[in-house]
Amino acid sequence: MPARTIAELSPSESGIVTRIGGERAFRRRLMELGLVPGTPVVLCQVAPLGDPLELEVRGCRLSIRRRDASAVSLSA
Amino acid sequence: MSEPGNDCHGTTATRRPPRGPGRRLIAIAGNPNTGKTTLFNRLTGANARVGNYPGITVERTLGQLTLEAETFDVLDIPGTYSLVSRSPEEQIAIDALLGRHGHPRPDLVVLVLDATNLGRNLYMVLQVLEFGLPLILALNMMDAAGAAGLHIDVGALERRLGIPVVPTTASKAHGLDALRTQIADALDDDPLYPPPGWRWTPTPALEADLATLVPHLGTERPDDLGPDATRAVALWALMSIDADDELEGVPAGLRLAVLDRLRRARETGRDPDAEAVSARYAWIDKLVAEVLHRDPPPGRSWTERLDAVLIHPVAGFAVFLALMFVVFQALFAWSDPAITAIEALFAATGEALRGTLTPGMTADFLVDGLIGGVGSVIVFLPQIVLLFLFIGLLEDSGYMARAAFLMDRVMNKVGLHGRAFVPLLSGFACAVPAIMATRTMERRRDRFLTMMVVPLTTCSARLPVYTLIIGSLFPAGDVFGLPVAGLLMIAMYLFGTLMALIAAAVIGRTVLKGPRVPLLMELPPYRAPDPRSVARLLLGRVRTFLTEAGTVILACSIVLWGLLYFPRESSEAAVVEARIAALPAEDAPDADPEARAALEAELAGARLRNSLGGRLGRLIEPAIEPLGFDWKIGVGLVGAFAAREVFVSTLGVVYGVGGDVDEESATLRERMRAEHHADGRPVYSPLAGLSLLVFFALAAQCMSTLAAVKRETRSWRWPSFVFGYMTALAWGASFLVWQVGRALGY
Repeated sequence: MPARTIAELSPSESGIVTRIGGERAFRRRLMELGLVPGTPVVLCQVAPLGDPLELEVRGCRLSIRRRDASAVSLSA
Repeated sequence: MSEPGNDCHGTTATRRPPRGPGRRLIAIAGNPNTGKTTLFNRLTGANARVGNYPGITVERTLGQLTLEAETFDVLDIPGTYSLVSRSPEEQIAIDALLGRHGHPRPDLVVLVLDATNLGRNLYMVLQVLEFGLPLILALNMMDAAGAAGLHIDVGALERRLGIPVVPTTASKAHGLDALRTQIADALDDDPLYPPPGWRWTPTPALEADLATLVPHLGTERPDDLGPDATRAVALWALMSIDADDELEGVPAGLRLAVLDRLRRARETGRDPDAEAVSARYAWIDKLVAEVLHRDPPPGRSWTERLDAVLIHPVAGFAVFLALMFVVFQALFAWSDPAITAIEALFAATGEALRGTLTPGMTADFLVDGLIGGVGSVIVFLPQIVLLFLFIGLLEDSGYMARAAFLMDRVMNKVGLHGRAFVPLLSGFACAVPAIMATRTMERRRDRFLTMMVVPLTTCSARLPVYTLIIGSLFPAGDVFGLPVAGLLMIAMYLFGTLMALIAAAVIGRTVLKGPRVPLLMELPPYRAPDPRSVARLLLGRVRTFLTEAGTVILACSIVLWGLLYFPRESSEAAVVEARIAALPAEDAPDADPEARAALEAELAGARLRNSLGGRLGRLIEPAIEPLGFDWKIGVGLVGAFAAREVFVSTLGVVYGVGGDVDEESATLRERMRAEHHADGRPVYSPLAGLSLLVFFALAAQCMSTLAAVKRETRSWRWPSFVFGYMTALAWGASFLVWQVGRALGY
């Protein structure tokens, strides 16, 4: 199965983070909030207008935009 | 300062700075939404002082705590998820903790943790430990953790971390005595827990990075904290410094060394950031597995249930719009009685004072210049208090993040942050509190962009001007069954909103162009707002407004008063004065109070027309003539700089019908319709009215707004930019309206 990104999850679907791309400052902040490779992540819901997304990471809820979410790869 | 590679600092020597004559300092730090400020308020009581860090808009809150007969200063460090930083605002936390770049070094750090979110909160604990700072933890929100079925083995946590951990619930004042006892013990000369240092081991490659950077630390080297701290500063530098960071006080040599290490790491396919963060979290995950036991989830949490409604596509927007309507209504309508009362109070005080003074320049200055000027500052308070009351409640409850989540898509389209919505909405009442409200955004660029466009929204001070112009110059008929006046008013609101959004899109792509900023926002659990924190936010905002923006507004008011007051004598005024002198005395049997009042209004007009401000109106006439305005309107524009609605009374004075007119005044409207150019054309044609409406919609006709921008950006550059671009926009748009309209034969 090809690697997916967070942006491709459906609501309440989850995955394990394998790789985080994107700009350095964003990547670093995301990791510091607990989204390091190996961490499970759940897509809780999508904002009513289609963006941004709400994720659950280590029991806390984060909001990121679809475009940035597509830089976070998941294992199947 | 130090020899390269010299790591020979004693680790056993006391790391406490020598006790000076001043008070010792306790720093309270932690992630956002941990109840840190509530805990701070509980510890320090009501005596905190709110100030500002120099140069940036981050508030510095300092309180006092007395333990065992010693009084300590307690510093509330801004909430942050990490000590790694990119901007001067983010840098405050690390600088204040390490006591560098002009900050005093704390004698003890109290980190506040959210017990419901142990893993992520422990991340910053590891960072602070790496610096070797004396540290104790307040494991806060224990009630919420219990309710969520989380059991934390506090003893095991203490043993593994090597520092005291005190369970607390600050909102209910639980655990505070134990925390005070621990603070007192930790500040003893011989504390029970010496700082334990690094809890994890970097990879050899990362350790090599740090070793390379240590010799370049220069002035950043924390010599008195030992080699562990030196490596920690090297790691901070490695993770913080970037090609485009905005950090201050970083030695050039260190910057070069970091960029070189980063380049080498990239070449070998390494990511030092990921190595450090992953290693810390690996340690944390192991610890959390040992100390945290979780009951099976008791069903959906409150936050999940609330979010099911508040982020719902239909219900969510309905609640959002309802809340925003309440905020708007409060600023627009509820504030009105207080504003009217303040205005009446200052008018009455002024007149009472005038009664005790001999008429003349001093009396006029004290009453109209000084008391009037102070009144023009105080009159903002009702809206500021109401707005920050709502912002405090929305922020503290966790709703503000949801509002930003709902609106991000729309706001992002024009380059604004989702949190810019509340300031923009507030702008429809008044730009001054709206500009102060931009602080809910973390990033400088988001704040500045919002401040640049807020003054374009249709504030309530424009309404009297619109009402006067529309009422005087447009027929009172209906179009398609709808009243012309109402349609025009709605059109002006839409026009202002549209222009604000366009301006945001343009300025965000030009003047405030920057790298695309990804959104990364926590949606914290909903919590009952803490009244003390909200009250403290309110008082802090009121104080900074009065002492900073307020003083600028007062100074500008007085200057403007002088411009419209001096000089008193002119040949035109002398003619009217002679006619007044020729009237029968006020107490004579044939006295004519009406004629006297009319002549006095005429005298006021003659004086204003010949004042410096009046001459300024004449001076700018060539510039505003292509917009369809004459010099008397120019005088009105000068007067309106105090506040837009002053345009109405200034016109009243200019036309000699007195300054007591309001926008509904029939006398003023008649007088305006009767005003003609030298060639017989009426000055106020509907086209000229439209041009004036457009001008007022777009021009930065408000010194208080500019003072607020100056205060929030800490520079004259941005208020100058706002004034410049809005004036150019207003001139250009009015020019188009007038010239195209004329060409079409209107």
